[in-house]
Amino acid sequence: MRNVRELMELRDIAKENLNSAKYQILICGGTGCTSSGSLKLYEALQKEVEKVGKSDEVQIIRTGCFGLCALGPIMIIYPEGSFYSMLDINNIPDIIQKHIVEGTPAKEYLYEGTLDGDKIMAFSDTDFYKKQKRVTLRNCGVIAPDNIEHYIAYDGYMALAKVITEMTPDDVLDILEKSGLRGRGGGGFPTARKWRFSKEVEADQKYICCNADEGDPGAFMDRSILEGDPHSVLEAMAIAGYTVGADQGYIYVRAEYPIAVEHLKIAIEQAREKGLLGKNILGTDFSFDIDLRLGAGAFVCGEETALMRSIEGHRGEPRPRPPFPAIKGLFGKPTTENNVETFANIPQIILNGPEWFSSMGTENSKGTKVFALGGKIAHTGLVEIPMGTSLREVIEEIGGGIPNGKTFKAAQTGGPSGGCIPAELMDIKIDYNNLIEIGSMMGSGGLIVMDEDTCMVDMAKFFLEFTIAESCGKCTPCRIGTKRLYEILEKITSGNGELEDLDRLEELANHIKEISLCGLGQTAPNPVLSTLKYFKDEYIAHIVEKKCPAGVCKALLAYKIDADKCKGCTLCARNCPVGAISGEVKKPHTIDKTKCVKCGACIEKCKFGAISKG
Amino acid sequence: MESKCTCKVKFSGTYQQECKLRDVIEKYKDQEGALMPVLQEAQGIYGYLPIEVQRMVAAGLNVPLSEVYGVATFYSQFSLNPKGKYQISVCLGTACYVKGSGEIFERISDLLGIKDGECTEDGMFSLTACRCIGACGLAPVMTINDEVYGKLTVNDVDRILEEYKAKITEGEQ
Repeated sequence: MRNVRELMELRDIAKENLNSAKYQILICGGTGCTSSGSLKLYEALQKEVEKVGKSDEVQIIRTGCFGLCALGPIMIIYPEGSFYSMLDINNIPDIIQKHIVEGTPAKEYLYEGTLDGDKIMAFSDTDFYKKQKRVTLRNCGVIAPDNIEHYIAYDGYMALAKVITEMTPDDVLDILEKSGLRGRGGGGFPTARKWRFSKEVEADQKYICCNADEGDPGAFMDRSILEGDPHSVLEAMAIAGYTVGADQGYIYVRAEYPIAVEHLKIAIEQAREKGLLGKNILGTDFSFDIDLRLGAGAFVCGEETALMRSIEGHRGEPRPRPPFPAIKGLFGKPTTENNVETFANIPQIILNGPEWFSSMGTENSKGTKVFALGGKIAHTGLVEIPMGTSLREVIEEIGGGIPNGKTFKAAQTGGPSGGCIPAELMDIKIDYNNLIEIGSMMGSGGLIVMDEDTCMVDMAKFFLEFTIAESCGKCTPCRIGTKRLYEILEKITSGNGELEDLDRLEELANHIKEISLCGLGQTAPNPVLSTLKYFKDEYIAHIVEKKCPAGVCKALLAYKIDADKCKGCTLCARNCPVGAISGEVKKPHTIDKTKCVKCGACIEKCKFGAISKG
Repeated sequence: MESKCTCKVKFSGTYQQECKLRDVIEKYKDQEGALMPVLQEAQGIYGYLPIEVQRMVAAGLNVPLSEVYGVATFYSQFSLNPKGKYQISVCLGTACYVKGSGEIFERISDLLGIKDGECTEDGMFSLTACRCIGACGLAPVMTINDEVYGKLTVNDVDRILEEYKAKITEGEQ
């Protein structure tokens, strides 16, 4: 396209095309639903619609993530907005027959949360969606991510067009400043300030870098944006390029995200074809292009200087700052680096204005935040909430609470760098400052829910195991200190702990925080410190009573069969991998503690709840 | 991060593989930051990165072998050991871990008699612990090659492995 008018014409045509079909079937093609077979469903849908002769009336779109991953595979049929969940390929003919041929939604396959007596709610009215505010996820689950015209139909690339034809770089910075946008990768650094640093440096070459190395295990916000709406990131990177004076961008994305990588490749190619990346974009003097770089599985590469070392082809080891990357970054040139979600906000801020953005959120944290809800929660999935929403609302209302009648114990934010939030702080309003105040952090958006069956000492140990494996080894406090912390926890969970160990843990943790080189080491002790702060009694139970209250730490467990409940069905004995269970048929069985390996297979098999551990 | 090369399998690269690797090196040689993409493609060609392959990359890109080895051992995606015909990968990300994937991992390790990063002697199964494949809605999750198994219990694991073992014996007959 040679100018803005052509872009607007394309937008109008694309919009018309999108709305032309009588029915629109959206099926989720995100990683979660793909893992449960949505690709085959997509093919089956196409075949079935053709078979009933309705291909002209029905448009089938494979979209990005809808968010409610726990119910996958998911499909929505418009104009009604009927929400079909946990789809089975065998039911596709029936659904198509009823909904498309006969014109009435097939109730028996709809998500039960949308059924209210005889009435069927649209999915947007369900508890899961109604409290959300989808800004960066607005196109996820709406458009086909591998079709640039869908993105353009929803005002895609209009922000870039506006910026490069009507605004100066300083205008862009003013808008960002007024919006109050802060980095969504975890640190919360004001985006406008970061961009201004780079803009003000004189250099022959500058770079824009997108950090898509989402390493926090259990967090998949950035992946979902890249899978479901890759163009929003490309557009924002081009806006950043115009603002700071860069003509080249890099996206550093995890190789473990094959769908995201594929969609990015397609998106870059399509944007180049349409003249929205490359030389003289929309007929202006501005040129900008983007290349992909694949990460190879190293958590530390989420740290900006390590990430740049990795793009340069070296071991991803961080270096001391200053100089900051904004001054001296990739290949020694000024580099502006932002996270995926930060970028995805920017086109919306340009189009809707900074006041719109800053009207959402709290005093110091504007806009929305995406969280990946995981662990012991009914609605595992992806949610986007205005900053300032309480943790209780997220877990109990949007997340649907804790399944299996269990009680909430804690929520972990910020992954291996963050901390846990105990039940008594559930009414905390989620924003950058509040979370830091209570010893956790916003992080990139992983939110793992734990119930009474989770041992907090074991969790702290789990995170340390992770940071030990992922420490790059460059600085001593992180390389050796985390290992020593782990050993103390190992001592406690194996029943050999002493009360003095708790002081040692705290002292060492604080040292590591203070003197590590990069963010990885500086935050690695957080899970230990926050569990010590809120769950000290659990540590003490491990040390003094030699008991694991949650029944997790194996060395402190003993399996028992309740003679009153045992019916002597022999199922446990037959399934014990080491032959530790014995007993006569129809008589209570017993477990030989010297043989038992505490694998839990017997508990799983017992139909009478006769076996317990503790 | 796994770094020691404990592999006893003899390197058996073919001439065709070597030609492919040369083409890859040629393609990236003049780019800045070529080492990572070259190693990624080399692993695609050989399935792993034995010292012989690292030597070829070092010579082709004109960088010291120590640097190639340094990068190959830094990133968990690169493997110095060959992988099994069936590559089992158990997610030990946080969401899967709190739902019991640690026990799943141990069970597989017990059943196959191999540890993280190892391969069974017959070359059939290899086991790795991975960090989040992003299917947290299905936690706990494992993958065997491209197949994803979700909402697992310890008992499911026994059944799934039996199925694969049966497949292998069928193939042998």
